[in-house]
Amino acid sequence: MSRLENREALKKFRDAIKAGRQQSKKKLISLCAGSGCGAYGTAKVHQALTEELSRQNLQDQVEIKLSCCHGFCQKGPIMVIHPERIFYPQVKEAHVPELVEKTIKNGELADSLIFKEPGTKEKIVHEQDIPFYKLQQRVIFGNNSLIDPTNMEDYLAVGGYSALEKALFDMGSEQIIDQIKGSGLRGRGGGGFPTGIKWETCSRHEGRRYVICNADEGDPGAYMDRILLEGNPHCIIEGMIIGAIAIQSQEGYVYVRHEYPLAVTNLEIALKSAREKGLLGNNILGSGFDFDIQISRGGGAFVCGESTALMASLEGKPGRPRAKYVHTVAKGFRDGPSNLNNVETWANVPLIINKGADWYSQIGTKSSKGTKIFSLVGKVNNTGLVEVPMGTSLRKIIFDIGGGIPKNKKFKAVQTGGPSGGCIPEQFLDVGVDYDELLKLGSIMGSGGMIVMDQDTCMVDVARYFIEFLKEESCGQCNPCREGIKQMLEILTDICQGRGKEGDIELLEELGSMIQKFALCGLGTSAPNPVLTTILYFRDEYEAHIRDKKCPAGVCKTLFHYDIAEDLCTGCGLCKKKCPKEAITGEKKKPHKLSQDACIKCGICYEGCKFGAIVIK
Amino acid sequence: MKNEIEIDWQKIDSIISKYDANHEALLMIMHDIGAIYNYVPRQVIPLLVERLGVKESLIYSVATFYKTISLTPRGKYIVSVCTGTACHVRGAEKIMGALEEKLNISEGQTTEDMLFTLDSVRCIGCCAAGPVVNVNKETHGGLDRSSVLEIINEYKRRAS
Ligand SMILES: Cc1cc2nc3c(=O)[nH]c(=O)nc-3n(C[C@H](O)[C@H](O)[C@H](O)COP(=O)(O)O)c2cc1C
Ligand code: SF4
Ligand code: SF4
Ligand code: SF4
Ligand code: FES
Repeated sequence: MSRLENREALKKFRDAIKAGRQQSKKKLISLCAGSGCGAYGTAKVHQALTEELSRQNLQDQVEIKLSCCHGFCQKGPIMVIHPERIFYPQVKEAHVPELVEKTIKNGELADSLIFKEPGTKEKIVHEQDIPFYKLQQRVIFGNNSLIDPTNMEDYLAVGGYSALEKALFDMGSEQIIDQIKGSGLRGRGGGGFPTGIKWETCSRHEGRRYVICNADEGDPGAYMDRILLEGNPHCIIEGMIIGAIAIQSQEGYVYVRHEYPLAVTNLEIALKSAREKGLLGNNILGSGFDFDIQISRGGGAFVCGESTALMASLEGKPGRPRAKYVHTVAKGFRDGPSNLNNVETWANVPLIINKGADWYSQIGTKSSKGTKIFSLVGKVNNTGLVEVPMGTSLRKIIFDIGGGIPKNKKFKAVQTGGPSGGCIPEQFLDVGVDYDELLKLGSIMGSGGMIVMDQDTCMVDVARYFIEFLKEESCGQCNPCREGIKQMLEILTDICQGRGKEGDIELLEELGSMIQKFALCGLGTSAPNPVLTTILYFRDEYEAHIRDKKCPAGVCKTLFHYDIAEDLCTGCGLCKKKCPKEAITGEKKKPHKLSQDACIKCGICYEGCKFGAIVIK
Repeated sequence: MKNEIEIDWQKIDSIISKYDANHEALLMIMHDIGAIYNYVPRQVIPLLVERLGVKESLIYSVATFYKTISLTPRGKYIVSVCTGTACHVRGAEKIMGALEEKLNISEGQTTEDMLFTLDSVRCIGCCAAGPVVNVNKETHGGLDRSSVLEIINEYKRRAS
């Protein structure tokens, strides 16, 4: 691959790729190679597909693309056949011969493998007609199934690096900043700080300036940054180069978790091909502008997502936050002015430059512009990554796109904002999600994790879970956070184990507001949120634990037991067969009995009984 | 002594050189060393001090701060149960419990035959497939008590 010496060369190169693809008569099979589908076995399907195609001598008529995540991770491995976009979910090796024979060779559908909508059981053939996709607005994710992250030509074929062209040759630093400011883009990493203003402030400070991408993504349950980086790395690179032009920086860093090896690999490949083409490095596209990006791998420390901790970590030190009397835009990494943005924030940048601030600011609400990618996970039918305009209601996301709660269970709460966020109950399902509305409910947007909880989730246990997480992740350098969180954990553990006392709830509230006021960094100041919101909305559950010594959801092991409701039990014998402790006895077709002494409360019988006869007491 | 293993000094040297002996890359260098031995053997620390020009105390504070670094030997297979929120609400604790029972160790420990280390990780970004378990670099999703035990048997077979 030769270097592209100027704008014309890039244009020509892109046009040639596009033309080549338009002329190609090959069928395109896009097989999702994202980490979700990967965990379900994409590699095996890929191998089977390659073998089957060559067995049938079809390899020259078909192109297989191992693509970026399609978002519908629940149904992985996902296959989409272009141009019609025929959608096959949960493809197994064994399905491959039938798929090749019917759909590839004969142009028919493999009827039994077609997607069925979970609620209505309706069969839907095309990706674009499936509610999960139809109800989204995928301005960032739209091209995913056409992009193999290891092939830069795929990115160029969908117009990649045209925003860079525009920024380099048609716009100056000020104009870029104006566009970003005008778009209303706010940081997607949690706080929602206006991106354009951050860039402007940073560009006004003197010194060697740095552009940094925050791919630490420590918020458990959120994985859009991972997918963006491993699935469409050139889009992040393009965004960062534009940011560098805006703030006049020569050096960029991507700080990524060691736990995301595929993101690191794909980013390395993308950086290398961008350099070879002259899109990174010295004299980019002959413009005289120099900029390059390096990768820094962090490791297993949530607090390193915080800006000052991240920069300490980049310098090779333990990632402990510092007080922000001086902001990092003035004095950050190596004491230079440093502009840090989240992965998804960077992904929005090329879009804004290409389509303009006016176009962008039409999407979303008054205070929050654009789309947001949510990771819809937990107790929801369609788990995956969902991109919707800001302001979309929780109900639409969870029930219309997400398909509601599995096994007809009842929705209880949705947790947003990770360990810094809160749990939102049913009565607020019609609230449109944006930065400010979530804040009003005591939660935050955070990075966009949405963990759906059903009747079987204990809210006290959830609060305890987050506080335990934060206790382990606290860097320990300030007292309110270190000691306060420890005390909160002790109280919550007591409540969960049946040792709760009157006054505990009030004590938690008091500790919470103390930590919020006096902790040094964002980890501490937001740590009480999961506890305070669960107390606010689910106080009765706390009270049941403390007063009645009962866990209504059947999670806290010492506070409940399973039993068999005789009137509901049909005597099918399934639970007896599955119980690992032989705790269930009974004759076929007669109500069974459960021995409390033998039961270890593993929940297998409860999950398995089709008649709802195993009950929590 | 368990932790007096044979070190391939040439390999360590080339790792350090790959990062131009830059002290800012300390954590990454330790990750790469960890990838060879499944932990960072203490014998390499003097070399890091010398080549990177950092204090020994910094190396220890970095090694203890970041959970991805271990200074004690770990098993051939590091079984990391995801205990992220999405996996938690889908029963990660039961998976951990089943593994503890099966391997007869608790979280953080290594089996006597040095085959398995049981660990936890807070979300590996495969939430849709939860509960998930990572074994070294392989991810297994959609698990329950019995399928996770199958997986352990599979690795036992591989090792024998
Ligand atoms: C404890 C803590 C953890 C954080 N983790 C992340 C993270 O994983 N990813 C991220 O982008 N921002 C994270 N942030 C927010 C960053 O400090 C910072 O605000 C953000 O990266 C700025 O980018 P943005 O303006 O594009 O959102 C975290 C903040 C705190 C206090
Ligand atoms: S609030 Fe917690 S994490 Fe933040 S600096 Fe203080 S101790 Fe460390
Ligand atoms: S599975 Fe349910 S219905 Fe069947 S025997 Fe057990 S309790 Fe009774
Ligand atoms: S909870 Fe587990 S141990 Fe108890 S009866 Fe049910 S299956 Fe058996
Ligand atoms: S919570 Fe387990 S992979 Fe995300």
